[in-house]
Amino acid sequence: MEVKQISVFLENKKGRLWEALHALAGARINVRALSIADTSEFGILRLIVPEPQIAKKVLAQGGFTVRENDVIAVGVPDKPGGLSSVLKILTDADINVEYLYAFVEKSGKKAVVVLRTDSISKGKKALKKAGATVLSSRQVYSL
Amino acid sequence: MRISDREKLQLARMKAILKRAYQKVPYYKKRFDAAGVRPSDIRRLEDIKNLPFTTKTDLREGYPFGLFAVPRREIVEVHTSSGTTGKPTVSGYTRRDIELWGEVVARALTMCGATKESVIQNGYGYGLFTGGLGVHYGAQRIGATVIPISAGQTKRHLDIMQDFGSTILTCTPSYALYLTEAAEEAGINVKKLKLKAGCFGAEMWTDRMREEIEKRFHLIALNIYGLTEIIGPGVAQECEQKNGLHIFEDHFYPEVVAPETLEPLPDGEKGELVLTTLTRDGMPMIRFRTRDITTLRREPCKCGRTLVRMDRITGRTDDMLKIRGVLIFPYQIEKALLEIKGVEPHYQIIVTRPRHLDEIEVQVETSKKIFSDEIRHLEEIRKKIEKHIETAIGLRVKVTLVEPRTLPRSEGKAKRVIDKRQL
Repeated sequence: MEVKQISVFLENKKGRLWEALHALAGARINVRALSIADTSEFGILRLIVPEPQIAKKVLAQGGFTVRENDVIAVGVPDKPGGLSSVLKILTDADINVEYLYAFVEKSGKKAVVVLRTDSISKGKKALKKAGATVLSSRQVYSL
Repeated sequence: MRISDREKLQLARMKAILKRAYQKVPYYKKRFDAAGVRPSDIRRLEDIKNLPFTTKTDLREGYPFGLFAVPRREIVEVHTSSGTTGKPTVSGYTRRDIELWGEVVARALTMCGATKESVIQNGYGYGLFTGGLGVHYGAQRIGATVIPISAGQTKRHLDIMQDFGSTILTCTPSYALYLTEAAEEAGINVKKLKLKAGCFGAEMWTDRMREEIEKRFHLIALNIYGLTEIIGPGVAQECEQKNGLHIFEDHFYPEVVAPETLEPLPDGEKGELVLTTLTRDGMPMIRFRTRDITTLRREPCKCGRTLVRMDRITGRTDDMLKIRGVLIFPYQIEKALLEIKGVEPHYQIIVTRPRHLDEIEVQVETSKKIFSDEIRHLEEIRKKIEKHIETAIGLRVKVTLVEPRTLPRSEGKAKRVIDKRQL
């Protein structure tokens, strides 16, 4: 199964990020990874959680605009050049990265990169072909 | 009714009310005398153009009871305008006026399909506002079952709608839209509702809003028009053709004048609506300037009614915003906004003057349909809205996306414009 990401529209207002995360905490949802993209007026909170469907429901009930979409998660060695090796694969395959964020696994040996490419299937295919460790949703959610 | 018969009736009524206004209301006597006209000078309907206008300011000067044509004890009910544009104006009704009011609203509701069998859920505010009691009297006149639920208490509205099997909903269009949202949120199966028609008015709205409400509530949404100074709701009502509102001109005589020169305009031209009550007892209104912008149309309507039609109100002369010298109506912005797919009809216009130059910000609520996980897409839609509005009004505006349901939803009139300029 594809790795699902939950995106939330946030106005740049005091307390809104807290309210979103508070809603998730209330539903006992543990956030695996997150990133925030922002402009001067609004931001987009992007989340990886083990229960994307519940998270979506909880946030929508809390009055947030929510969207779910597929992303790619890649495991890279936690050492210099780890991320760059992944990006090189995509550059060589002429695939555009819309955005990415990374986090380090608990054991500290591996880092996980969450990627959004124009076409998820093409990105995944190119990465697999070049031997990158594309993670399944189960692997990511249980990190 | 044949047109010639109707005109005969109008003229007889006009002559009578002018005479009475002149004799009984010192304000009219003073104004007519100053203009050098007498009621007897009015021999044809068109002659009305020689009479002075009555404005909201005149009503305020006569506040509270200065324009009554009968002793106060003959007045059985009073209402006031919402005071949206300043101090409220008062309208006084005699027993006969209340009957007249019930009659014209009954006509309007009948045009929405109301019969003795109907269950009318009346979501207009009861009280000084004319909406609640006006619809109430109309419903009673028909003999329908009226639920005087008033505005607000959304959950109760939804419960009653389901439990009582309401067939007609009457409220402001923005509240109707809000109810559809609330119903959706509460997971109500709208297909099980018995609603057949909605009689919506008391504020400006668009065909796009109509489509939304109709689609979400599975009903036919029709436009009602009226104003406190004239009688309240029941001055005009749309028929099922949805092709303008029929004015009940046997009771309310309409004219359209150019907003700047106040010269009468021929049918088919857009201008300010001016109304004269032909049958009001308590408070005759002679050539009242409504400030509402519309067009009168005499072409026959497919419904068979010979009553003149007015276009839905597209602006108010006192809502006109003068931005950098350009006259614009909020309606133009709304229309442009609603032409973009996925954009919800919830917006607010904020006018500021940061450095001696007017700026317009339009806040638009995001919706599931336009939200994306990519900043780029959101920026694109924002720019698209900006461009679209600029094309429509000829001025650059700044569009800000805000979270859904953060802009105020009114239970009365939607506040669309916030003018922060300090002039």
